[in-house]
Amino acid sequence: MTGPSMSGGDIALDVRNLRTRFGPQHGGVIAVDGVSLTLRRGRTTALVGESGSGKSVTALSIMGLIEPPGRVIDGTVLLDGRDLRTASDREMEAIRGARIGMVFQDPLTSLNPALTIGSQIAETILAHEPVSAAAAHARAVTLLEHVGVADAAARAQDYPHHFSGGMRQRVLIAAAIACRPGIIIADEPTTALDVTVQAKILRLLHDLQQEMHASLLLITHDLGVVASMADDVLVMYAGRVLEHADVDTLFHAPKHPYTRALLGCIAGIEDDRTAPLQPIEGLPPDLRNPPPGCRFAPRCVHAVAACTAAVPALQTIADGHSVACFRAMEALGDD
Amino acid sequence: MGRFLGHRLLGVLPVMFGVSVIIFILMHLAPGDVATVLLGPQATEVAKTELRHALGLDQPLPLQYGKWLLRTVTGDFGTSIATQLNVAALVLPRFLNTLVLTVASLLLAIVIGYSVGLFAALRARSVFDRVTITVTLLAGSTPPFWLGLILVLLFAIRLRWLPVSGMVDMAGDGGALDVLRHLVLPAVTTALGPAAIITRMVRSSIREALDRPHVRVARAKGLKRGALLRRHVILNALPPIITITGLQLGYLLGGALLTEVVFAWPGLGALLYDSITARDMPVVQATTLLIALSFVLVNIAVDVINVLLDPRLREA
Repeated sequence: MTGPSMSGGDIALDVRNLRTRFGPQHGGVIAVDGVSLTLRRGRTTALVGESGSGKSVTALSIMGLIEPPGRVIDGTVLLDGRDLRTASDREMEAIRGARIGMVFQDPLTSLNPALTIGSQIAETILAHEPVSAAAAHARAVTLLEHVGVADAAARAQDYPHHFSGGMRQRVLIAAAIACRPGIIIADEPTTALDVTVQAKILRLLHDLQQEMHASLLLITHDLGVVASMADDVLVMYAGRVLEHADVDTLFHAPKHPYTRALLGCIAGIEDDRTAPLQPIEGLPPDLRNPPPGCRFAPRCVHAVAACTAAVPALQTIADGHSVACFRAMEALGDD
Repeated sequence: MGRFLGHRLLGVLPVMFGVSVIIFILMHLAPGDVATVLLGPQATEVAKTELRHALGLDQPLPLQYGKWLLRTVTGDFGTSIATQLNVAALVLPRFLNTLVLTVASLLLAIVIGYSVGLFAALRARSVFDRVTITVTLLAGSTPPFWLGLILVLLFAIRLRWLPVSGMVDMAGDGGALDVLRHLVLPAVTTALGPAAIITRMVRSSIREALDRPHVRVARAKGLKRGALLRRHVILNALPPIITITGLQLGYLLGGALLTEVVFAWPGLGALLYDSITARDMPVVQATTLLIALSFVLVNIAVDVINVLLDPRLREA
């Protein structure tokens, strides 16, 4: 059999060296600069980083949803051996929603105020399957029940303004999974929601992913969410991946100074309450004029001359753990 | 919905009252008077005074207005001073002629405006888009009476393709084809401005609708282009487009005045022009009221459509 190799058999999506630019060739902004990531079936991969680090652009690039003046300029996005970057508009329409479902950040603006909830779920089904409108609507009601909307048959006739933020996100999740895609991309799905609702939405996403044995790409800036949801973690900074590891390694043995600094910014329950949180000094770089070498170097307390001279490549230092830092193998003391 | 409609229809009355008062005052503030117009510049002062007395124009203004109002609410619009014809009988056929011209122009403006506007919005910043912006700016600022004269000069006098003016040929059978031939030039003339305004509005609201987050969500669902545009772009862009189209309809119903004069189109605009020149107060009042009424009713229709389009308004 010449199918996928043993190790690649559970790979759902393989992204290699993705680069996305906004604006002209010279003077434009490279928002995603050589990102590679692999999504495995039944597993959750978290993409972590500050605002503007290129997480969302990475997701939109995978989906083929980058619009001018933005453009994916390099890399491959392999879905079952097919490079989505070379797919036609029509092929991408067939893939979006059916093979890859996406949940967005702001549930308040992500639903069309002029259409009923039910029809906005049913339209995913109608776009991909040869079923009648009535059948699609019936399935929409089932999906609504499934994502935890009570009285689904009646609520399907309602318009978005009758729904709270959390309920709208449930609706959007239902629409994203309506065709049971193998891959779910969730771009900061709880950022716009109340804290009490956040946990419920994350639990729902997790349950659905388990049940469908799907891959989940979870984009977030919340390390608490990462700890509770992810199997693998990629840390992004200024358009590049700085560290990639499984969740335990990342939290217990982070190698990149940026990852370590990020972890220093959060407070755990068992932490010494009197110890101050450690903010990261400085601001993320302006991508129109990025610093030479490692993009974190200007803010890094461990930076040496080499860090600004060349770009550190993402190197594998242990099985499933790679870091883009010249000093990753040194025993760096706490800052 | 019923309450909304009832409320809006009730609001028509004060508008009509206000319009009639303003027109009445304006007509009396304007220089010149009926007696001079009717009797000519050579008439003696005694004759003029007698005529004014006979027409009731020597009474105080509030009394004149009150009498007119009382007659009008009973459905009697009076008699034209200049022609001695029943005002209703004079105005109604003219209104129908204006309606023919208006519907033709509006259809033309809608077909041009909606298609060009949509196309330009979907190809933002393209050559087509830029040309559209420039052409609509020029077209929107072209005075219709001037454009009418140029079109007549070119298509009627030089090329002799179309008649110069009027609604039917004197010698013709007055059939639909004849009217249609006469309709082309005035319809194009009056349609140009509204077409330009509608094009710009369609272009900008479609572009605005394209930028809404739910469009991206719909694309992420894998919707085909047609469904995406229909359900998530055009549907949401419609309210301002409907509104501006309604305003253009109102404008065309009353505002084709100068075009009607240029083309001798026997419509309401030409009648209004003639009766203002003749200080024919009853006709001016009836005509302006009819124009105002059409305008207000069109606006109510627009509001009703917009309420039907927006579920949030529908429930309010």
